[in-house]
Formats: sequence, structure tokens, C-alpha cells
Amino acid sequence: MTVSPTRAGTVDLGMPGLPPVAPREGFLRADRPFPAAARDALADPQLRRNLGHATRTIRGKRAAVVGELPHWEELREAGRQLKTHTMASLENYLVQLEQAVTARGGVVHWARDAAEANRIVTDLVRAEGADEVVKVKSMATQEIGLNEALEAAGITATETDLAELIVQLGHDRPSHILVPAIHRNRTEIRDIFLAEMGDAPADLTDEPAALAAAARQHLRRKFLSAKVAISGANFAVAEDGTLAVVESEGNGRMCLTLPETLITVMGIEKVVPRAEDLEVFLQLLPRSSTGERMNPYTSMWTGVTPGDGPQRFHLVLLDNGRSRVLADEHGRDALNCIRCSACLNVCPVYERAGGHAYGSVYPGPIGAVLSPQLTGVEDNASLPYASSLCGACYDACPVKIDIPSMLVHLRAEHVEEHRRQSRGPDAESVAMRLASWVMSHPRRWAVAARAGRLGRLLRGRRGTIGALPGPVIGSWTGARDLPAPPQQTFRDWWRGQQEDA
Amino acid sequence: MSTRDATASAAAREEVLGRLRQAHAAAPPGDWPYAQLTRDYREPEERTAAGLDRSARLELLVDRLVDYKAEVRECAPAEVAATVRARLDARGARRVGVAAGLPEREALTAGDGVEWLVESADDPLPVDVLDGVDAVVTGSAVAVALTGTIVLDASADQGRRAFTLVPDHHVCVVREADVVHGVGEALRRLDTTRPLTWVSGPSATSDIELDRVEGVHGPRVLDVVVVRDS
Repeated sequence: MTVSPTRAGTVDLGMPGLPPVAPREGFLRADRPFPAAARDALADPQLRRNLGHATRTIRGKRAAVVGELPHWEELREAGRQLKTHTMASLENYLVQLEQAVTARGGVVHWARDAAEANRIVTDLVRAEGADEVVKVKSMATQEIGLNEALEAAGITATETDLAELIVQLGHDRPSHILVPAIHRNRTEIRDIFLAEMGDAPADLTDEPAALAAAARQHLRRKFLSAKVAISGANFAVAEDGTLAVVESEGNGRMCLTLPETLITVMGIEKVVPRAEDLEVFLQLLPRSSTGERMNPYTSMWTGVTPGDGPQRFHLVLLDNGRSRVLADEHGRDALNCIRCSACLNVCPVYERAGGHAYGSVYPGPIGAVLSPQLTGVEDNASLPYASSLCGACYDACPVKIDIPSMLVHLRAEHVEEHRRQSRGPDAESVAMRLASWVMSHPRRWAVAARAGRLGRLLRGRRGTIGALPGPVIGSWTGARDLPAPPQQTFRDWWRGQQEDA
Repeated sequence: MSTRDATASAAAREEVLGRLRQAHAAAPPGDWPYAQLTRDYREPEERTAAGLDRSARLELLVDRLVDYKAEVRECAPAEVAATVRARLDARGARRVGVAAGLPEREALTAGDGVEWLVESADDPLPVDVLDGVDAVVTGSAVAVALTGTIVLDASADQGRRAFTLVPDHHVCVVREADVVHGVGEALRRLDTTRPLTWVSGPSATSDIELDRVEGVHGPRVLDVVVVRDS
């Protein structure tokens, strides 16, 4: 795998020396900060019940199937090393993938950002003379807002994954990486189908089997007549050009098999070196994501196979900020994510706030580290704080992404950025400087500590200090109670002990 | 692609690759040679696999298939046609597709009461015909006992991908010699440049409250006929 060393046409390598973040098109940025959005979610008891039920179910299933594999930790380590290796040679592997796909009859396109990917796909659909497409669930196309771009071009995109269909028919946004309609329960789903599907049976019940049957009937004609399908990819093998899509319902197989033309949009980080590496990821992914030993269907295809499946295949390789993530040694492991969503299901913050509160299409712990890196931390500044740093996500991650450390790193980066941008000192830094002056001299500290006892006057009924007014104190006490200071300072108590002795 | 598109695409390609070089210059990646990546899972995997004899491996496969709601029947090589036919009759299948390369095809299609349609690479059944058959009968390439997975690789005994996708009932013959213990072993037996479909049970969804429900777009009934070597 050699790469031509030509540098012609490459970007300026001078200062600031970093690839660009993802531009604004698409759904990586929140309309409002996490705390405000989370507050609304917390006020919705139905949402909390739905999320609690679903995440509890999946946590139990995952634990059971992970427990069946005695070598789970060795698999995780292999997954981590494989991904780290691949990111270290990403340029080579992408060029190798391009060659392999091209050699087998596919066409490879490169997209710098969301707008470019959307334009490429729109042009390809138009070139087929199609005004509708069927889609397999894909995070990359959600990220770039492909459905909206196609709609603006007069092309109807039909989501065929059941949960994506629920979201699309409900004019809603996805709230989970694996099960985008996790915030809806069966009754809500029945109501959406009855109101929006058009051909839902009038006596539709809220039994999941009946809902699945209604979706089957609704989509069947579309599958059998579709000219163009659009998919994402879970893995792409550099050595032989094999693409893999992991799914459950068979909608993926329908889209990947029946249409004449297949367009796959894939983030550049999805490449893996060799076919044998799939033995690691095909064990890690299903057990981590749906809690199954293996998902019902995995499709693999290589370019175009004469007489079997789509006879035209396009692969769109998407950057959209990923190269920027690669440029941060403390954050780049976020690119190792295989989108299993195990970290969402174990996260106490996600379980209560739900996916919409994160704003970006990537919610939960992985979203809290990935989204701010793709957009630049200033555009998703509240997400690194959307965590209690409990570490459950790190333990659950099948490729061992150290999300808690990354969150701390991003918080520091946000503070740095904030300091660079603000002109004068803010109240917090003034307070910290004052504290430093007081604490750096014993006598000043003794006086201050004794004065602190006055805080007892602010005690509430439970012996703690509740919300107080003021800029720094106010935002600190707004979210947590302070213990009231003791009657005696430690220094006074110590002196008393010495005198008694 | 028009010439203008080709130029724009080449520029995008150069820029994305340039950005990757730029990222690695800003944060040099560690040294991670492929040959030195740890594969410590393989030794325990192989040990577990070696601990199961052929019969135990088949038992594991059947257990996992049943757990994911496939209907399983075991039989001897001479009984394949009769066993398949019994499964078709049990579901009342009267119009049935069969892959041309299935070794038991002639024995199977000799029986009456069923209209047989033969799928071959030279003469594939159109999708609207497939939409009207009650069931299809195929062989398989490999089966993974540990996960209850059957892999189809579009060989002559399996037909092209659409053949096992559009009909609602799939009767799949799995032979003992094709059963392996784990996912890695299966990959080593397969050619990934063929179109592959890994099937674990009938189609299912967990999209409603994360409860698994069998039967969405793929075949809603998966009948597996496991053939023991005699």
C-alpha cells in the first residue's frame, strides 16, 4: 500500500496547522445548551419511563451475552489496537480501499464536508433519473442532513429501518444511535402510524409484532420497485474493498440487494485493514449494541457482482471534521467508535435526559466527546459537561475509548478557549485570585476561616446552604447544597487540643 | 462522471488526504505495526473450540438457532429431501423456489403437490416471481455454532442474494462439515469478495422498547435442516 507522495493541491500546512472543523450544514450542533434541553426532558415523565425501561432491558441483555465470552477483555483490547493502528495509517488505508473498490467496479467519491457529500449524492440520484430513494439507517447521512438536502432537490428519501421510519413519520429527531425512536413507547408509535402512514390498518394495535407487520406492508412495494438505495457502512475492508452493513430487520438487505444503484456514504474512520479483522468487530458490535450473540443480518459486498445485487455502486468517503479530530492526540480515540451505543445505555445522564438534549445526532457519552471535536468545542460547549464522569461508558465501550478522560480534556480546552476569547477577567477568576491571595499566607487564612463561620447564618432547615444570589456563588449553589461551616475552625480546635494536653 | 466532476473530485481527494497528513503532523501517531497488534482472544477461542467434539458443536449450533427462533430439524444425509419436504408441507408451501446447485434438488423436485421453480445464475427468477413464491430451499456456505449464524455466499446451491430475501419462508440446509465454532473460523473459510449474507434467525427488530420481535422485512420463517454426517 503505497501512496503517491504528491502534495499538489493540498491545503496550507502553515499556522494554525489544523484541518478544518465540520461546517454548519447538517445536525452536529445543538440549538441550545445541554442543561436547558435536559431540563425539558426531565420534566417529561413519559419520556423518562420509556428511556428507563429501554435502557434497563438492553443493559441486561448485553451483560448476559458479554458474560458468555470468557475472552471479552482480549477482544476489546484487540479492537482498540486495531482501530488505533488504522487511524495511525488512515491515509494509506483509504487509498488502498479506493483502489480495491475501483478495481471491483465501484466508483469512489471524496467529500470534504456535509455540503459536498450531499451534493455528490444528489447529483448521483439525479443522474439515475430517480425522484425517490430508499435508505438504510446510517449515522453518517443523519449527520450531514442528507434527507433534507435531497428533499430540497425534489427527491423523496424513505427511511426503511423501523425506528427511523417512526422518527420520519413522526416529524421527529433521532434520540439514540441504535434505536432512534427509543423515546417513543408502543402506544405513541401506533398513534404515529395511524396518523401518518397512510396505509396502516385501521384496527392496528400497539403490539410490537403488529407494528412491525404494518411497517413491512408499508415498505414492501417501495423495496421491490426502488431504483436507488442509499446506505451507510459499519466497516470497509481496505485490502479487498468489502463493505459491511450490520442490521436486524432485513430492510438493509432489501436496500443493498434489490435496487439497480447503491450509494454508500461512509465516514473515513470506518475503514479496517483486512477481512480477518472483522472477526474482532463482528463479535464486539452485536453483543455491545443489541445485546445479541449476532445480529439477524450482516451483508457484505465488494464493488459490483455481475448478476447479483446493484449493478452500479458508489462509495462516498466523508471527512466533515474527522481529520480535525485526528489532529488531537487526547481526543482522536473518539474516531475508534463503532457506533454500538453501549455507552448511551449505561450512562445515568443519558438515561434521564434522553438523546434530544444533546442536540447533535451523536448523543450520550460518545456524542459528548465526538460532537464538540467535530464542530470545535465552542460550538458544542455544554456537551463535555453533560456527564458525571462516573466511568460506566469506558467500561462498556467495546474498543475501550477512555471517554471520561476525554471529557476532562475537552472541559479544559473549553476553559482555555473561553479565556482566550473573553476580554477582562470574569467573576470566577477574580474570586480564584482572591482565594489564592488569602490561602498563601497563614494569618490571612486564619482570619478568613474564622470569618467563614458567619456562613452558618445562611443555614437552611437541613443544616445546609441552599441557592444564593450572586454571579459565582449563585451558579455554584444553584445546582448543589453547600454544607454549613462548622462552629469551630480546625485551627481553633487544634489549639484547644494542645492547650488541654 | 463528467470532466468537471472528475476535477472537483480529484481536488476533494487531495484535500482530504492532505488534511490527514496535516493531522498526523500536528499530533504524530504512535508506532502501531499491524504484525504486532495483540490477538490474545485467539488462544482462548481456539481452546474452547478444541474442547468441543463435532457432536457437541452441532448441539451448540442447534441450541443457538432455536434460541433465535429458527425452526431446526436434524437428519441423516439420505433424509434431506424428505425432511425439507416435511417442513414445506408443515407451512402449506405450494409454490417453492429451489437453488439449482442444491445436491438434493432432483430428489426434492421429484415429489408432487408442489410447483417447483429453479433459480440458477443463467436463469435467475425475477423479483416479482420471487414475491409470489411461498418458500425457497437452499444450501449454505458456513455455519457458526457459537452465534447460531448461517452464512450464504451466493454459490450455486444458494442462489443470488435476492432469492433468499424476497420470499417469506427460507428452508436452509446446513451440513455438519460446514459447521465451525467461532466467527473467526468462519471468516477464514469464506471469500469476502463474494456477496455474503450472515443470517442469525429470522428477521427481527428491537426498535420498539428494545424488545426483540421476530419478523419484519426479511423471511419471517427460517427453517434449518441440519444434516449430520452418517
